[in-house]
Amino acid sequence: MANTTYNAPPAVSGWQQRALVVGVIGLIATLAGYFVDHDQFYRAWLVGFIFVLGITLGSLGFLMIQYLTGGSWGVATRRIFEASARTIFPIVALLFIPVVVGMHSLYHWTHLEDVAKDPILQQKEPYLNVTFFLIRAVFYFAVWALLASFLAKWAKQHDDTGNHSFRQRLADLSGPGVLIYGLTMSFAAFDWVMSLDPHWFSTIYGLLVIAGQGISSIAFTIVIATRLWHREPMNHVYNSGHFHDLGKLLFALIMLWAYFSYSQLVIIWSGNLPEEIPWYLRRFSNEWKPLSWALLVFHFILPFSILLSRGLKRNARKLVIVAGLLLVMRVLDIVWLVAPEFKQTDVGGLWMYATAPIGIGGIWLWFFFRNLQSRELLPVKDPQFEQALVAASHH
Amino acid sequence: MNVNKESNIYGLMAEFDNPTAVVVAAKKAHEAGYRKMDAYSPYPIEELSEAIGFHSNRVPLIVLVGGLAGLFAGLGLQIWTSAIEYPLNVGGRPLISWPAFVPVTFEMTVLLAAFGAVLGMILLNGLPRPYHPVFNAPRFELASRTHFFLCIEAEDAKFDLGETRKFLESLGANEVTDVEK
Repeated sequence: MANTTYNAPPAVSGWQQRALVVGVIGLIATLAGYFVDHDQFYRAWLVGFIFVLGITLGSLGFLMIQYLTGGSWGVATRRIFEASARTIFPIVALLFIPVVVGMHSLYHWTHLEDVAKDPILQQKEPYLNVTFFLIRAVFYFAVWALLASFLAKWAKQHDDTGNHSFRQRLADLSGPGVLIYGLTMSFAAFDWVMSLDPHWFSTIYGLLVIAGQGISSIAFTIVIATRLWHREPMNHVYNSGHFHDLGKLLFALIMLWAYFSYSQLVIIWSGNLPEEIPWYLRRFSNEWKPLSWALLVFHFILPFSILLSRGLKRNARKLVIVAGLLLVMRVLDIVWLVAPEFKQTDVGGLWMYATAPIGIGGIWLWFFFRNLQSRELLPVKDPQFEQALVAASHH
Repeated sequence: MNVNKESNIYGLMAEFDNPTAVVVAAKKAHEAGYRKMDAYSPYPIEELSEAIGFHSNRVPLIVLVGGLAGLFAGLGLQIWTSAIEYPLNVGGRPLISWPAFVPVTFEMTVLLAAFGAVLGMILLNGLPRPYHPVFNAPRFELASRTHFFLCIEAEDAKFDLGETRKFLESLGANEVTDVEK
């Protein structure tokens, strides 16, 4: 084992090019949509951006969590999480720019003439105003970019020198890092998605988005790990134990997402107050009702029931199908959060909700694969490295 | 005489002083065609259950059935009480309001699934059982402290007091003893 190298297989650069082609086509289609209906374009862009942000930051979160918990699943998937997390700057930050450009179209609270007539929005004005919104956005991205760059830098130094003090430093940053991620992402979710309806509020909303990010990142990691597992060198590394661990995490996160979703619903539904309940009435009324049902069935009941099976979680070929389904459901969940906030004037523009995540996702994947190829696929100097290759097969 | 003696034998107990030896012995015994055997160890050894040819058990199925029973019982109880037996209008909501029914349904699902897990495990283990012949083996109390035991039972088709004893001794057991019924 000692003299093996774990560089990414040549196939990865092929995937990278394919991702770019798909991304450019999706992006061109979405940009064409701008000239059809530019309001719709910005909404679709927001959906695509939040989806990709979810994979990136969910991976940043799990990168830090595995430094804290240790364990073979973390050693085996660390480089995938790291490659995702490293995309936060510059590409994910750049993908946010159209949201800023489209602010006036997306966020009602930017319409000063309406704020002047609305006492509630006047109360919220010290927080919900364009200047502070932009300052916060810069702050969030700066914090995430710093976390990702230190985690990547020290991991590289650990690889290069074999000095385990870097491993300790990574864990020391990860502790506060997880807390910082939870807080900044909560507020980012309030700013970027929840404020689409500036009258409505839910304190669990940030955690709900974070649970979704966890699902996105684990599902994405399962897809990438399965692709790599078919090829040298990872076919000697990954075994059913690793996929079992990832499957268990996915299972737990689905339950967490359902639990947060239900908590928010049951409190608002029981209170039935005029300032809260319209948010759900929009989603449970005719045009969005099928999507609400689809989320209940395909984002929770179906994957939950399938993932009960131990054998399935240990079978990468089957697990990856569940992961793929959940990635699609993640996009639909974000559509469900965003789209019902707007009066749909033209149903014809809905296709952009599909092309924008594909376009943005393809471009993002190009950067992800570039990062993945820049390092060995396993942290060979990690103290738990040898153990991680063997131990996982038994539990 | 020999026949008489054999009919009074539960099995042969081999004692090992390390976990690797007992796993290897169990694997060899399984390969040699022995099926009715059990291994005893002070702590769980996952390879050991595989080695004696133990593949799956029915506890997960019992848990699933328990969980589903709890789900339908919890849901049914609430629908029956608040919509059929004593229809109660709460703030103009429909009589069958599923968001309100989730917590009890969930708790009932977990409760009966947990009962299924505990009781299923106990019953499938053959418990409660006040008497078991393996405790007749000398030094068997060490199975909960320092030593590892493999018992090939007389019910096994391949069991033969003399042959099986030789076989177990060839596996490197410290000691092989008869276990009386």
